[in-house]
Amino acid sequence: MKIPTGKTGTPMGEPAIVIEHLYKQFGNNIVLNDFNLTLQKEENMVVLGKSGAGKSVLIKCIIGLLRPDKGKIIVGADDVTKLTHEELDRVRSKMGFLFQGNALYDSMTVRENLEFPLRRHWIDVTQKQVDDMVAEVLENVGLAQTADLMPAELSGGMQKRIALARTMILKPEIILYDEPTTGLDPVTAREIDKLILSLQEKYHTSSIIISHDMNCVKTTADRVILLLDGKCYAEGTYQELEQSADENIKQFFE
Amino acid sequence: MTTLTARIRAFFDETGNLSRFAGHFFSLGIKPRYEFRELLAQCYQIGYKSFPLVGLTGFIMGLVLTMQLRPSLVSYGVESQLPVMVGIAIVREIGPVITALIFAGKIASSIGAELGSMKVTEQIDAMDVSGTNPFKYLVATRVLACTLMLPMLTLLGDAISLFGAYIGVNIRSVTSFNLFFTQIYQSLSFGDVLPAFIKTFFFGFAVGIVGCYKGFNSSKGTRGVGISANSAVVLSSVLIFVIDLLVVQLTDVLGLN
Ligand SMILES: Nc1ncnc2c1ncn2[C@@H]1O[C@H](COP(=O)(O)OP(=O)(O)OP(=O)(O)O)[C@@H](O)[C@H]1O
Ligand SMILES: [Mg+2]
Repeated sequence: MKIPTGKTGTPMGEPAIVIEHLYKQFGNNIVLNDFNLTLQKEENMVVLGKSGAGKSVLIKCIIGLLRPDKGKIIVGADDVTKLTHEELDRVRSKMGFLFQGNALYDSMTVRENLEFPLRRHWIDVTQKQVDDMVAEVLENVGLAQTADLMPAELSGGMQKRIALARTMILKPEIILYDEPTTGLDPVTAREIDKLILSLQEKYHTSSIIISHDMNCVKTTADRVILLLDGKCYAEGTYQELEQSADENIKQFFE
Repeated sequence: MTTLTARIRAFFDETGNLSRFAGHFFSLGIKPRYEFRELLAQCYQIGYKSFPLVGLTGFIMGLVLTMQLRPSLVSYGVESQLPVMVGIAIVREIGPVITALIFAGKIASSIGAELGSMKVTEQIDAMDVSGTNPFKYLVATRVLACTLMLPMLTLLGDAISLFGAYIGVNIRSVTSFNLFFTQIYQSLSFGDVLPAFIKTFFFGFAVGIVGCYKGFNSSKGTRGVGISANSAVVLSSVLIFVIDLLVVQLTDVLGLN
């Protein structure tokens, strides 16, 4: 049985994120167990894994919402596991995070939701700039007319797109997507795929994408890894993993 | 036996965690960046919007208290002392405590539920990654708003309550507005008013910190949110009585009574 591995150090050079020997457990539940990963600049990496495998935990560790028990997470020049809150804010202003459940602020309108990260991270931004950026991201996700609605007034798919818009409004260098296309119709899902690709092209973002949607994986992934038993079980391009004979990998491609 | 020790341990755990949470408020809340806009918004939500409820209950309380006290005073032949009795009861004890309890019922539960649902839907995490310290933005502002607004509400509640008492006095006899309030004013001393006023700041703080603590530590799911809202009211109400007891002892020791 041959498991595709290797292909570390893609030709793109400098890494955006390096994770070394990451451990995280909740009580007796070992979620990440010596996990290693390198995300290159301008690379889209998809993380596959069963429900409960620890994919969300992994990206929450990267953005500093969870503290790992052991290990390093280097983003740019900083180890996020060792930063103070203020230093973490500086690193986070360059990162976007799409929550699995969207996490839209339900007491604010769509516009206020989108303005929130802008006004918080960039203290001296003008109203004109804010308006322009809000209009731009709403245009990008095709929901220009919803700016003054409350999140509860939107459908599930629309909420997801607004959450995406909020993630990308700061034009972050790194975006962590937790299931960007789950719950969307196929047409919108393909649009989101295109959006992810165009962001990568336009703003040179590096992304980690968690997805079960194989169409999304196929279009967006430069590289795919499979998270199993807290480790990086397999790694390769979509085609490499698709052709694998390994049972654990094949399940995802059926 | 094990359940008893487990319960005792849980009690101390909870007390410790709540104290740590409150300590966090003092260590973090005083550092910039200050969230003035959110503080104002919360003062409006927590203070201004509670006014009708506090006013209504205060009015009824003053009125009913007067009507209930009258027969006893009549039987002792000291009916003329009715305004003084009612005034002291309202200003020293009933006004602050009842207002605080009403406030706890309305505000601790809404803060607990609001922050609880924000917690379980990851909105608090979303704030965290958006360059906002959720403790400062959500907790410090709400606790401060409660601490500042409850004393204001108590003052207004007391005033409306005394007006209710004035109406209560006038149901059976006739007293002029001037006379009624002059009588009360002359009977109240500094030691009656100040401790009663100061304790309301502590009541407000207790309501705010408990509501936020319960919301922030809400467990997943709608049930978790319900439990946080409910236990926030119960715990803050109990704390109000405990603080009241401590303040009475303290003013006694200080000779302010
Ligand atoms: N805050 C937490 N406290 C305790 N356990 C947690 C916490 N967060 C996650 N876990 C546990 O970690 C494990 C991995 O959870 P995670 O959310 O990362 O799964 P996932 O791979 O994202 O799954 P899904 O595809 O269903 O979203 C689960 O067993 C979960 O119970
Ligand atoms: Mg997940």
